[in-house]
Amino acid sequence: MSLVFATVAIGLVFAVLAFGVYLSFRVYQIPDITADGSFPLGAAVTARLLKDGYDPATATAAGAACGGLAGVVTGFIHTRFKINALLSGILVMTALYSVNLRVMGASNLPITAGTLFSPLDRAVRGMWGGEVPVLGYAVPAADVGALATAGLIAAVIAVVLILFLKTELGTAMRATGDNARMLRALGTSTDRMIVVGLGLSNALVALAGSLFCQMQGFADAQMGIGVIVFGLASVILGQTLVGNVRSVSLGVLGALMGAVLFRLLVAIAIRMGLEANDLKLITAVVVLAAIVAPGRLKDLATRRARKRGAHAPA
Amino acid sequence: MLRLDAVRKTFNPGTANEVRALGGVTLEIAEGSFTVVIGTNGSGKSTLQGAISGAFPLDGGRISVAGHDITAWPEHRRAHLVGRVFQDPFAGTAPELTVAENLALASKRGRMRSLAPLMLGANRSQWRDLLAQIGLGLENRLDDPIGLLSGGQRQSITLLMATLTKPPLLMLDEHTAALDPRSAELVIGLTERLITQSKATTMMVTHSMQQASTLGDRLIAMHRGRVYLDVSGAEKSRLGEADLLALFTQMRRDDRFDDRACDAVRRLYA
Repeated sequence: MSLVFATVAIGLVFAVLAFGVYLSFRVYQIPDITADGSFPLGAAVTARLLKDGYDPATATAAGAACGGLAGVVTGFIHTRFKINALLSGILVMTALYSVNLRVMGASNLPITAGTLFSPLDRAVRGMWGGEVPVLGYAVPAADVGALATAGLIAAVIAVVLILFLKTELGTAMRATGDNARMLRALGTSTDRMIVVGLGLSNALVALAGSLFCQMQGFADAQMGIGVIVFGLASVILGQTLVGNVRSVSLGVLGALMGAVLFRLLVAIAIRMGLEANDLKLITAVVVLAAIVAPGRLKDLATRRARKRGAHAPA
Repeated sequence: MLRLDAVRKTFNPGTANEVRALGGVTLEIAEGSFTVVIGTNGSGKSTLQGAISGAFPLDGGRISVAGHDITAWPEHRRAHLVGRVFQDPFAGTAPELTVAENLALASKRGRMRSLAPLMLGANRSQWRDLLAQIGLGLENRLDDPIGLLSGGQRQSITLLMATLTKPPLLMLDEHTAALDPRSAELVIGLTERLITQSKATTMMVTHSMQQASTLGDRLIAMHRGRVYLDVSGAEKSRLGEADLLALFTQMRRDDRFDDRACDAVRRLYA
């Protein structure tokens, strides 16, 4: 039970990451690898500011803002210089690796001060003490507090994101990914939409990084590796879960559910003896399968139908 | 209303694929007029529309619309002056958004996209009336993703979107060429109605000699990046489909001369 609480809490933090990837990948159809740099950037900035004595809210917001800036840089390189979006992301991601080391001053920065998770953690401890009885299990108060904080933040961001995507600006962003030519003909600079959108996306990714480092108590230069693939896995998994790719609310909720479910699957797999080192390989394979499988299955069904002599749907 | 002054555009200059698409086009289009543009393939008629809508920077010349010199304006900044419908019936609408969302984006044409909810204060009854006017039963499909509709339906909605805020200039780029004959007829009918309602100055590129002979009050034939023929009023209405086909034969004959031969002959005889 403790494992479930801790895992879901991490899943909810990664849901914030999935929201960011949803924006770049689903709304703009750009797999924005800047995420691999902005996730640890959010963590690095937050850890640094916490160490320098800033309060957790400021440190978290600053982390997210820096991530947003990184996304804006990627968007600017992509739109201004007409460089492929993936390459723009790779450039910024690589540059951020050095930036992150500079910010932290070392490749690893522990957090000893209070974090965004502290208030609810204290509240839970104040109410139940060190362990909370849940359905007959004793769950460490730290895990319960973490779950509450992460859940609260993920829920608020999900609601705000859904509402945002239905504003004039949010709809214009969706139209940019859908039909950029049309939006330009209607008088909106699609370049600006991409810059703002990638900024927002990476702000969310960095926020996830910031929350993650506060949860586990340290920031690390390596913690961003494969983050984008994990985000893609969550978004794609979520898409299959909700089954509707057009609805914004379902898409965002799907990303949340996908992130939590994926985290749970990973936890179970590790419990069952999976080497943690193999995790990234397996995540990549899962993403590949999730992207390729639907089309393949359809092909297969068509071919089988044809073999039986039935008319295949065109 | 619309003024082009020695507008020049060459694509891929200095390469084997060099195309002189517009070779110094000067044109003045009066307010409220309906100009039909025809021309051979590669004559520059679509490039002309691209130049006006700002799809690419010019090599030379100036363009002004409704008193604004828009030569240096980026594409999106021109949108409040220019409504456009493309040849591809799917190019004018965003498939994943609903019919209502597409119309809402168009109703805020050229304005800053704010943080207000898009559907706040949406004029749904007005849109329903407009959609009913098309006559395809679209008035009940405001909340369907527009990607579910057919090409003809989507092109009709694109037309509504292009005229919704009544931009002074309407540009139609072979907007019925990719539709089946019935849909094309429907879209042309809607086009005429909307032009009358919005009083937009219209420039329509077409491949259809029938449309070219029956629609509009001015006809421009483009050839090799230049205006080859420019007739209006009674002279235009006298031109039938057969005359226009003859014109094309003439332009093709002209094609056999290269530029230098052409100029030399012109100097001798014209």
